[in-house]
Amino acid sequence: MRKMMLLCLALVFAFANTAFSAEETIKIGVFLPLTGQNAFGGQLELEGVQLAAKENPTVLGKKVELFVVDNKSDKVESANAVKRLIEKEKVQAIIGTYGSSLAMAGGEVSEKAGIPQVGTSCTNPLVTQGKKYIFRVCFIDPYQGAGAATYAFKTLGLKKAAMLVDVANDYSVGLSKYFNKSFTKLGGQVVSTLNYQSGDQDFTAQLTKIISEKPDVLFIPSYFAEGAIIMKQAKELGATFKIMGGDAMDNPKITDIGGSAVEGFVHTTFPYDPSMKNMTPMAKKFTEGWMKQYPGKEPNVNAALGYDAYMIILDAITRAGKADPESIAKALAATKGFQGVTGATSINETHDAEKPVGLVIIKDGKKVYEGEITPDL
Amino acid sequence: MNSAMFIQHMLNSLTLGSLYALVAIGYTMVYGILRLINFAHSEMFMLGAYFVFWGITLGQLPWPVAMALAIAVTASLGVLVDQVAYRPLRDAPRISALISSIGVSFFLQNVAIVFFQAIPREVYRPQWLEDPIITHGVRILPLTLFVPFLSLLFMLVLLWIVYRTKAGLGMRAISKDIETSYLMGVPVNRIIALTFGIGTALAAASGIMWALRYPQLQPMMGTIPGFKAFIAAVFGGIGSIPGAVIGGLALGFIEIMTVAFFPDLAGYRDAFAFVLLIMVLMFKPTGLMGERLEDKV
Amino acid sequence: MRRGQIILFNCLAMIAAGLFLWLAKDTFDGYKIQILNLIAINIILALSLNLIYGFTGLFSLGHAGFMAIGAYVCSILIMTPDQKDMLFILEPAYDWVQNAQAPFLAAVIAGGLAAALAGIIVGYPLLRLGDDYLGIATLGFAEIVRVLANNFPRLTNGALGFKGIPDYANLWWNFGWCLVTLYVIVRLLQSNTGNVLKAIRDDEAAARAMGVNVFRYKLLSFTVGAFFAGVGGALLASLLTTIDPKMFLFTLTFNILMIVVAGGLGSLSGTVMAGIGITVLLEWLRVVENPVDLFGFELPGVPGMRMVVFSLALIIIILFRREGLMGMRELSWQSVARVFSRGKA
Repeated sequence: MRKMMLLCLALVFAFANTAFSAEETIKIGVFLPLTGQNAFGGQLELEGVQLAAKENPTVLGKKVELFVVDNKSDKVESANAVKRLIEKEKVQAIIGTYGSSLAMAGGEVSEKAGIPQVGTSCTNPLVTQGKKYIFRVCFIDPYQGAGAATYAFKTLGLKKAAMLVDVANDYSVGLSKYFNKSFTKLGGQVVSTLNYQSGDQDFTAQLTKIISEKPDVLFIPSYFAEGAIIMKQAKELGATFKIMGGDAMDNPKITDIGGSAVEGFVHTTFPYDPSMKNMTPMAKKFTEGWMKQYPGKEPNVNAALGYDAYMIILDAITRAGKADPESIAKALAATKGFQGVTGATSINETHDAEKPVGLVIIKDGKKVYEGEITPDL
Repeated sequence: MNSAMFIQHMLNSLTLGSLYALVAIGYTMVYGILRLINFAHSEMFMLGAYFVFWGITLGQLPWPVAMALAIAVTASLGVLVDQVAYRPLRDAPRISALISSIGVSFFLQNVAIVFFQAIPREVYRPQWLEDPIITHGVRILPLTLFVPFLSLLFMLVLLWIVYRTKAGLGMRAISKDIETSYLMGVPVNRIIALTFGIGTALAAASGIMWALRYPQLQPMMGTIPGFKAFIAAVFGGIGSIPGAVIGGLALGFIEIMTVAFFPDLAGYRDAFAFVLLIMVLMFKPTGLMGERLEDKV
Repeated sequence: MRRGQIILFNCLAMIAAGLFLWLAKDTFDGYKIQILNLIAINIILALSLNLIYGFTGLFSLGHAGFMAIGAYVCSILIMTPDQKDMLFILEPAYDWVQNAQAPFLAAVIAGGLAAALAGIIVGYPLLRLGDDYLGIATLGFAEIVRVLANNFPRLTNGALGFKGIPDYANLWWNFGWCLVTLYVIVRLLQSNTGNVLKAIRDDEAAARAMGVNVFRYKLLSFTVGAFFAGVGGALLASLLTTIDPKMFLFTLTFNILMIVVAGGLGSLSGTVMAGIGITVLLEWLRVVENPVDLFGFELPGVPGMRMVVFSLALIIIILFRREGLMGMRELSWQSVARVFSRGKA
């Protein structure tokens, strides 16, 4: 009995000691998937954030302190991570995350606490829907899906599309729906939609079926690792149609894993790529900074979005002239024409970034930035 | 569906099924003798594939050498795992060893995530495996023929070991009654170590084959093939080597053909195996080729 | 003697819970309250798994499936039709899903009942299986639940899942349910039924020989366990305010199994203590991954190390103290514990 009581008390005290908070720094929390299924995106974004923080260590004359937590590609962990950032580290703003469902889980917490959160590459419309404190530096899936459909139908003149969708992946399900909607609206026809589940590695049954439907283009809104395997198998089965994908395919490793099978593959992305011809000064600065900081590692769009997320918060703090969460949120909502690595960014009334859709094509085993497209909405 | 397409589906099934079969043989070896579902089998599968990758990239080894080395290293690791995590539990309730194997599986997987990182890696495959043979509108990858051949070969070798060698006699004795085997002078611990060695070598070999077919390495790559292969082993009758091969092939065919004929069901594909498992367990708990397991009272 | 023990145990649990809540309500910040909430839910889940596995000997790995069912049913019932209207952006919800609504208490109970129903449906065919076969089959059940959740967007919103689920699950609710779970399971185990369950666990053949309808008792235990797993899932959904099928992977079951094994199979008080210990430990282990705070952000830490340590702990426990870490300490605490862990040899 007494032992139990003692144990309880000890636990209570363990909980009760709160972390001291220092006044002179501005604290920015970062929650990203550093392990688990989405780690490849989260790690790149973290490096982008860290580069931005290294280049811009102060704002309003105060030092910026970063607090990084791993959300492990898991929603429960994600909510916990944000709670920890807000309650324990007492951050004034939060960056994150890769993956819409993770952003939503964390976003509920930030929203309730009134701490502004800037999403990096969470493209699902639900992330900022009805939220006062949640923003993002990326565009949303309906916009991106329309961009891909416009490019396929108008620029390439492809009329018959097929889709291979990961039903267990919110991003994949959402993006395919918007692609389908826009493509049909433009006058195209989606001849076949087949599903798979995250973690599957054999797509031969689905692909054989799709090949028999003879589409002009196959849209695969998957993550790059799965996408590369799908393209490999498609090639082995003799597929000749064009293959297109979304921003989740944007990873420097895609050509390593996909080899010759990804040749000619086109994906939509945020308007940044190291192969860009007419780089904005900001993009150029980022690319050079990256090369110096991480030699031998190619920068990518996720890293750029991480960089932009940090910079847009600093921009908001500078404009607000103070760094309390409320003022940061207000200034973020008023962002117009912020010059980011991924182009000029304005935050619209739904708190999504408005920027053009970029296009990347794989040519001779290299990613080549094709240019931008304005979707037919 | 025209005939070329049907044959293509058949070939796809054959490749997938024989991969499942290869993994299932390893499962069934260990289960047949120790009555232990070795969850860590999936991780051995993953490690085997990674070891080849390093042998080639870091060690600059030629293909066959890297492969043999990877299989040998993984097999010794399997024996080690048995010695550390399962052997102390031989006298414990069976479930203890099972929980231990779940622990080992999670442990190895997370170690892999920490040290290999979650980023998927590419696989080098020899050119002759890449170029498809095209006849009558059907595309055959050399690998499609290679893997079933290998599964069959392994099955025959194992059958020979189990039924024609002294070690095999020991294995069969242990699987019948481990305590009596001790008393009869069977070197139980050595035989079990050998079983783990062989079982893990098979896991590594199948991991390597899997990586050739689905060329990508990641720490979680073994989980789903592992589950499915285990189901295949139960389906075929766990403990039976030919049963594992038949079960694996059957599962491959069911998965591919259901998608081929009912494309709308493609999203449910991962559930097929489990539904099949539950049906088998309900109606024929010993599987297609399994012996009856007595309740030990 | 027995009556006295019940009262003592109940009082103790209530004093402990009351102490936590009373202090936590005002003193703690949200992060710590979140951990307390998770502790309560983890205890509910672990107790229910311990009933199934520790007390009845049914090796079930399907907990995540029951939790998913409870979580979805409860969430559908507590979200407003307007919310659901905004949420189902892929395909509109079925009308009955759209319009279904219930107060929180009813919704949690409904979640539990739905999970219990699923327990009966899968238990009926599967509980005839032994040990590891049952484990793998129930694991299959949980996977099937997840696959179905992905494929029925009009019911579950598919892979997108739900967000903005009303956060009714506060400390009082969670610990209240925790107490209810404890009470029901203690009463169940102290009744004659409890003795039968333990008899089945210890020697099924003997129990059968004595004329016990083994299957019926197994099904009872499994269903009650499923009910509370559903309740735990429902509370978790409301606590996190967002769910999707990916949440209910095998890892979730693994974490709960870890609590049960660490606390001691067949020891309720051990489960409670392990529930507290492991939930706190899992949070505390973040330190292993986060050496960031000390020397600026240069040191990246070792992401993923937490789960390495965690799984290693499970192996060590099963190798060196199969009865569970708390199992031994409990014996010296009060004779209460001896009643619960008797027959564990």
